[in-house]
Amino acid sequence: MSAAMNTDTNSQKNIIKGAIRIEEVVKVYDPDGAAVMAVDHCSIDIPGGEICMIVGPSGCGKTTLLNAIAGFHDITSGQIYLDDELLCGPGKMKAEPGSDRIVVFQNGALFPWKSNLENVVFGPMMAGKLSKDEVYEKALKMMADAGLNGTEHSFPGEVSSGLRRRVEIVRALMLDPKVLLFDEPYRALDSLTKSVMHEALLDIYYKNKVTIFFITHDLEEAIFLGHRLIIMSSRPCKPKKVVEVDIPHPRDYSVLTSPRFRELMEEAKGVVHEEAKKAFEAGEKEG
Amino acid sequence: MNIIKLKDKVLSRAFWRGIISITIFLLIWEVGARFEGWFGYLVPWIGLIPPPTDVFASWGGLIGDPSYWGSWYLSFMRVLGGFCAAMIIGIPFGLFMAVNRTFHDTAFPSFEILRPIPPLAWVPASIIFWPTAELSIAFVTFLGAFYTIVINVLGGAKSINKQYLQAAQSMGASQWDIFRRVVLPATLPSIVVGSAVGMGITWEVVVAAEMISGGGGSGGAGGGLGFFIWNSYVGGSYEQIVVGMISIGIAGYFSSEMLRSLGGRLTPWLKTR
Amino acid sequence: MNTTSLEASEMTGMALTMYRISNWLKSPKPYLMLIGVGFLLGIWYLFVEVWKLPRFEDMPGLTEVVIEYFSKDPIYGLSVFTPEYYTHIGISLRRIAYAFFLATALGVPLGLLLGWSKKFNEFIFPLFEVLRPIPILAWVPLAIIMFSGSETPVIFLTFLASFFATTLNTMLGVQSIDESYTRAARCLGANGWQTFRHVIVPGAMPYIFTGLQISIGVAWFSLVAGEMVSGQFGLGYVINTAYTMVTYPTIVIGMITLGVVGFVTSTMVRMAGDFMMQWRVRELALGDN
Repeated sequence: MSAAMNTDTNSQKNIIKGAIRIEEVVKVYDPDGAAVMAVDHCSIDIPGGEICMIVGPSGCGKTTLLNAIAGFHDITSGQIYLDDELLCGPGKMKAEPGSDRIVVFQNGALFPWKSNLENVVFGPMMAGKLSKDEVYEKALKMMADAGLNGTEHSFPGEVSSGLRRRVEIVRALMLDPKVLLFDEPYRALDSLTKSVMHEALLDIYYKNKVTIFFITHDLEEAIFLGHRLIIMSSRPCKPKKVVEVDIPHPRDYSVLTSPRFRELMEEAKGVVHEEAKKAFEAGEKEG
Repeated sequence: MNIIKLKDKVLSRAFWRGIISITIFLLIWEVGARFEGWFGYLVPWIGLIPPPTDVFASWGGLIGDPSYWGSWYLSFMRVLGGFCAAMIIGIPFGLFMAVNRTFHDTAFPSFEILRPIPPLAWVPASIIFWPTAELSIAFVTFLGAFYTIVINVLGGAKSINKQYLQAAQSMGASQWDIFRRVVLPATLPSIVVGSAVGMGITWEVVVAAEMISGGGGSGGAGGGLGFFIWNSYVGGSYEQIVVGMISIGIAGYFSSEMLRSLGGRLTPWLKTR
Repeated sequence: MNTTSLEASEMTGMALTMYRISNWLKSPKPYLMLIGVGFLLGIWYLFVEVWKLPRFEDMPGLTEVVIEYFSKDPIYGLSVFTPEYYTHIGISLRRIAYAFFLATALGVPLGLLLGWSKKFNEFIFPLFEVLRPIPILAWVPLAIIMFSGSETPVIFLTFLASFFATTLNTMLGVQSIDESYTRAARCLGANGWQTFRHVIVPGAMPYIFTGLQISIGVAWFSLVAGEMVSGQFGLGYVINTAYTMVTYPTIVIGMITLGVVGFVTSTMVRMAGDFMMQWRVRELALGDN
């Protein structure tokens, strides 16, 4: 674990970029037909460098929000800013996907036909700004930092899914993004692998300060990783409750059994359960 | 269908784009075919075939001709016959191979050895063997569809999620029950796909067989759209060749679509996704 | 030699292949296979030559064919020892090669474009779909009229069949690529052309190669038909001539040859695919992960 750093969020705000401001965002699918409202006047403020966990029941529209930030979908109304620059809003309802906001996908999107190393160098190689040698050097170093050496020349299909996730994160970080968008990346992993993944993610985070927008339905995961939890209502989604996680960083898994952790679980659980029941009764399909 | 949706579809950009390229295609064809008459220069390839306007004129004439529709009927009957035979024999054969390991290991290698031999290569052997020309065409048609259907059934049955079978077993289903209620419905989508492809192959084979046996003059069965085309060629009425080609295209498309919609009805669960 | 499955999972390459072969030989599979094939051959022999059943008696018999096939001086002119046999095979193969490679060179790019660009698809796909249902053989008279000589029409027909199959499968391949891959590429800053080159083309490869296997099968189908109707030399011609000249055993020789050659070319395509997609071979070998 890296040396303890003073990770007071206030002093970070000025240095770290990547603040996201979501203002009154509404998303309606198929407006002339079925008119399904997925996001209902959602407003969230995420300071730069924060790990913001979005928690909510299945199908509530959290992925829609992520897709809007990433630029895969347009929004119906409202606006989203990244560091005071308009991502999408009036006049430009769909953001452009870009390397300042990189998504780590639910089922992984490492290119199976490229080796792990070739995947990691993909971003900078496409940008063409650095020389090939520089790119590969940086990639090998970052992979080693993340505990991935030895796997450089294997194909994604040959390694475990936990390892694949880590390679995908490194691939994203190669481009120095401002924001990492995680769409339930650890959903398919068993809980033993998950806890190892969590520590690995935090380790990587301490070395590379980025804003993290992390969607999950796993409360433990949310409290362990996040600075803040935003609990969403069932569809259409709207922030229902915000829980500040004041357990100091750097954290390790002993946090899971600390009394403060249990208290936070209590605080959050009631609301989450209530929304989950509503989603269940409405017969929502997971996103 | 909703009137608004229909109107939307007709006026949509996609629809008109398709129309545009087909129109351009027809224009190039028309101009190329008539070029020699207008300007004296024979356009290679296109210049030798009849222009679309002549083709449609000829078609107009044929619509009133009962023997034209007779050809349709004959071809359709042959396709139906061969196809149904292929389904009736092919589906059980495929399913049995899928469920019974021993039968699979015995029969499949022989099946795979025979499969690369193109169905049309069987035509002479078929003519020698079967007493009537109709039966020999039917046999070759059957072969064409048979291989495709069996492969698709096998593939579909093999990829059934084991857990469906295990769930049924843990609920106390008998072997027959499992077959009837799990294996059969789960394989149905593959059967539908296999039959749609098989239908296309059946048309190919029927047309080929009609041309070969009818045109080759081996005392074959007359009639059918394939024979119609060959006959038009031999008789020098080139417009009718193209009419025949388009007719078969329509007939083939129509039969595949019917199969697909029938298949859709049998597998309603695939529509919800 | 008893190998535990733990050791087996750590074998690679040659050792793994030998292990798999030895396992296969120990199972009932090869013997059942022989029984199946033997059964077929047995019926052929019995029905035609021993019992001389009606309808079957005019067919060429198993022994007749085998003797003919392997005789140094065959009665009807074709056996493994006659050079004409190989000439015919060579000519059919040459036609297949022209048609198949041309169809691949045109069909793969067209299919990629049809899958990648919605606009292009809206223009061109309807035209494609109007022409595709017309059975390849229905083109025979038109091909004869359009192209001079006897080689070109045959190659054209074979090309057409391959072309439709290749283009369609390539297009479907592109459309089947998981959306996440293209999205990831865009997030990582790839532009349209880079995404096409690094994601679309490799991603569609498995489907393209499945399409190519279908394409070569269809090519043989059309070639045989074309050769039977209008051609000189070639295996389809051999079969047709053998029929009209009443030299029946040659029919069977032709059929067997077609089967073998068809199988070999199809395997070659599949092997080319495996070679180009090492990643997939390794992924499939490891099973579920």
